[in-house]
Amino acid sequence: MSDPIHSLSLKKLRDGIHAGNFSVMEATDAYLERIANFNEELNAFITVTRDSAQAQAVEIDNRIRKGELDGAMAGLPYALKDLFCSKDVLTTCGSNMLRNFVSPYDAHVAERLKAAGGVLLGKNNMDEFAMGSSNETSAFGNVRNPWDTDCVPGGSSGGGAATVAARLAPVALGSDTGGSIRQPASFCNITGIKPTYGRISRYGMIAFASSLDQCGPMAPSAEDCAITLNVIAGLDARDSTSVDRPVPDYTATLNDSIDGLKIGLPKEFFAEGLNPQVGAVIERAIKEFEARGAIIKEVTLPNSHLAVPVYYVVAPAECSSNLSRFDGVRFGHRCENPQDLKDLYERSRWEGFGAEVKRRIMIGTYALSAGYYDAYYLKAQKIRRLIQQDFAEAFKDVDVIMGPSAPTTAFKLGAKKDDPIAMYLEDLYTIPVSLAGLPGMTFPIGFAADGLPVGMQLVGNYFEEARMLNIAHQYQLSTDWHTQVPAKFA
Amino acid sequence: MEWETVIGLEIHAQLATKSKIFSGSSTAYGAEPNTQASLVDLGMPGVLPVLNKEAVHMAVKFGLAIDAHLAPRSVFARKNYFYPDLPKGYQISQYELPIVGIGHMDIELEDGSIKRIGVTRAHLEEDAGKSLHEDFQGQTGIDLNRAGTPLLEIVSEPDMRNAKEAVAYMKKLHALVRYLGVCDGNMQEGSFRCDANVSVRRPGQPFGTRAEIKNLNSFRFIERAINHEVERQIDIIESGGTVVQETRLYDPDRNETRSMRSKEDANDYRYFPDPDLLPVEITPEFIASVRATLPELPEAKKQRFITQYSLSTYDADMLTQSRDVADYFEAVAQGCGDAKLAANWVNGDLSAALNRTGIEIANAPVAADAFAGLLKRILDNTISGKIAKEVFDAMWNGEGDADSVIDKKGLKQITDTGAIEAMIDEIIAANPKQTEEYRAGKDKLFGFFVGAAMKASKGKANPEQVNAILKQKLAG
Amino acid sequence: MAISEAEVRKVAHLARLAMTEDSVEAYTRNLSNILDLVAQMEAVDTDGVVPMAHPLDMTQRLREDVVTETNHREAYQAVAPETEDGLYLVPKVIE
Ligand SMILES: [Mg+2]
Ligand SMILES: [Zn+2]
Repeated sequence: MSDPIHSLSLKKLRDGIHAGNFSVMEATDAYLERIANFNEELNAFITVTRDSAQAQAVEIDNRIRKGELDGAMAGLPYALKDLFCSKDVLTTCGSNMLRNFVSPYDAHVAERLKAAGGVLLGKNNMDEFAMGSSNETSAFGNVRNPWDTDCVPGGSSGGGAATVAARLAPVALGSDTGGSIRQPASFCNITGIKPTYGRISRYGMIAFASSLDQCGPMAPSAEDCAITLNVIAGLDARDSTSVDRPVPDYTATLNDSIDGLKIGLPKEFFAEGLNPQVGAVIERAIKEFEARGAIIKEVTLPNSHLAVPVYYVVAPAECSSNLSRFDGVRFGHRCENPQDLKDLYERSRWEGFGAEVKRRIMIGTYALSAGYYDAYYLKAQKIRRLIQQDFAEAFKDVDVIMGPSAPTTAFKLGAKKDDPIAMYLEDLYTIPVSLAGLPGMTFPIGFAADGLPVGMQLVGNYFEEARMLNIAHQYQLSTDWHTQVPAKFA
Repeated sequence: MEWETVIGLEIHAQLATKSKIFSGSSTAYGAEPNTQASLVDLGMPGVLPVLNKEAVHMAVKFGLAIDAHLAPRSVFARKNYFYPDLPKGYQISQYELPIVGIGHMDIELEDGSIKRIGVTRAHLEEDAGKSLHEDFQGQTGIDLNRAGTPLLEIVSEPDMRNAKEAVAYMKKLHALVRYLGVCDGNMQEGSFRCDANVSVRRPGQPFGTRAEIKNLNSFRFIERAINHEVERQIDIIESGGTVVQETRLYDPDRNETRSMRSKEDANDYRYFPDPDLLPVEITPEFIASVRATLPELPEAKKQRFITQYSLSTYDADMLTQSRDVADYFEAVAQGCGDAKLAANWVNGDLSAALNRTGIEIANAPVAADAFAGLLKRILDNTISGKIAKEVFDAMWNGEGDADSVIDKKGLKQITDTGAIEAMIDEIIAANPKQTEEYRAGKDKLFGFFVGAAMKASKGKANPEQVNAILKQKLAG
Repeated sequence: MAISEAEVRKVAHLARLAMTEDSVEAYTRNLSNILDLVAQMEAVDTDGVVPMAHPLDMTQRLREDVVTETNHREAYQAVAPETEDGLYLVPKVIE
């Protein structure tokens, strides 16, 4: 008896399709059936594009048969976080503001995946406008963590993380502004990478904080991430911040040796605030790397404790401006019977946005307003520079940095919902990396005493994604944490 | 007691690019509403701006023309406010680091003296759309075709002291941007718009509170609006009141300004660097490449006309008001070989015909080479200057080139000395009384004989020959 | 409280949010807590530090001045709340 389709890696799926073991349609239907069975419980998808997925599958089967398509992602199903604009598909950003927004165009990454012959299964639930770390701010209800459905999946790419963890899709694209790929990947026992800022075009990815937002793949393994990254990375003339720099084949170096790898451990990431259970799993995995010949060094990121405060000025400031376009005029929610222009704006926005989004818009508006700009926005930009310099110092001594992805494992639904500050501290270890624009990834390294997964955060220097994927892949070659699936979803 | 007026102008020049400043939409005027509004212009979720190279090129060109400091690194910022014609809820503009820094423009005052007006800065920004106030069931319609059109906002120092200076500055700037080819200058279509900051003070005192007058889209309006505003402010102060800082709209129909309440609470723009755009680098190489495309500027051209063609300052000034006129003149001058004659005709009959018909010189029915052909016939004595006017009118009406008109109408000048002598003999013989009086010393009668000769020849006799032969024959 | 209720109302207006009276207290508390967290920045000496607006030290790419867009008004206005004769409609704008 052969392995079920949903247990296959991207590479095996692709090879199975090309060898004729199963068709694109069979692979697509296998995932659509799992979505039909499990999504009600997990609420990981806002939209399932069953009909268009099946139509795409027929077309791609034909093209593969005719020899027109044979790339590494030809015929592979995938899911998109619902902030990637998808032509003719509902694109909500997890918000009532866009509850009825059918995008008239495709995001750059959606175009790339389409052109590569991927099959879009649907759009993943997320924290509203990517603002949240638990997926509880979604206007479409919270997502549940497949490892414990009373727990959050993390956020804001919680729908994608739960989707991959329960194998409702072999890969999902998420976005990460302050940890939104890494923290949910860690909570759901999957691999996820946020590349260097500028590596992937942001065109068509609905903006939260433009100087921080970056798209990235979420999948069971580093190899799956590498295959996906090969398709979506690279210059796009429509995004001025996308980098004109050659994209290496991320799969080509997966098997390189990691002998003598110098791993830096920031002492600030192992201090107060880190749950000891999580710390224990991290330390065990570090020892495993050491046992394979890695050199472990302590490094220091002396300004990293300021990252959360800086982030909660910079990100809201940018978001307050980015979200001004949602005014009820050209798209999105419009209030009933506006009395005048002011009423149209104020009620449409008040009704369309949820509480966390409104908090951030207000904080950002405040931080940019007359008399406060220097004390908040400018100050934050300066400390952001200091944080970047800390990393530059650290990378003089080490090749990569490792540490926790989040201070805790997945927490119970509702546990932090009414305490924004506690929620913000979930991203304590991921935010510094985002502020510096460095690539960061998470890969599964085991389970804490509470039975919930723990992910290791791996931070590389700028554009070192290939090396990071190589390191995680080497770890995954001799461990099976990343192949584990909750019993219910096996 | 006397008052001094202080005026600073903010001029928005629409740059003559084909596509918008941050998108590939056309900037053509007059399209159906919202048919030139792309995803980027509409501010759709997820879209991003990419800067138009030509807009940068044009801004640098303008900066070079006013001797301005060019920023090696300039930054785009967001100006945040809500308005229905502003799709993103912010305008992409420049704040702290504009592309063009301090420069200057010299204007000529009525007494002929030169006054230097400081230019504080000029920055690139995107235009907003248009609100249409016709009644859509009590609603306003929004057309975003204009949204994203590149603008160069040119901000002057408060250096002007009366409305006439403001108009002179604006006219100078208007001529300059058209010279440079960076703006079509069409004020009717809004390609060149002006906001005026006006205040009054007692001479020697600090600046008074200013009002910003918007919507000044003609040279006539700006003068009237400023004068009206100055009176309004003086009235307020002299009756014990205080001027409030506000934005006022000029209403040309009523010739008055009124307060724009709609703009009142939009005064905290929360400028910050646009994170979707990166710093613009202006390298010395880029500047050099722009400098190479810089046309001769009006002032330099004027000086050259004076020295190269020995023109009067007045003629040179008139001929350099626009680049098209200057080019036309030079083509005519070179074509006919007599610059002075060319200048007289271009500033005279041609200019009058253009004014009368409202035709632009570039579209004149008599092209420069044809015009030179006409002047050549004056110079080679084929026709007189007077006859040339008749030929010019015929050419303007499309009756052919100078030679064919002269031929068809038989206007060729009579230069045959024998024929002129015979004609003059007849005139003298027919007017014995006048001849006698002239010979007795009544010199004034010479004109009578010239007139009679020209009449007899239907204007075709060569005037110089007529003069010479008359002098000789009348001397007896 | 790091921010007053009056300031919260003012900020809500600047951001065009129809802050309801019964929400003012909770927003004021939450925003104050966030500002308290942010206040940690005050202690840092940032004299001479160049503000960081972008993670990467890059300059703006320039686009050729070519018209690449065509008319898609119908598709783009399909998602609009209210249009007429190709125009977006809003309550009367008074200047
Ligand atoms: Mg202005
Ligand atoms: Zn402006």
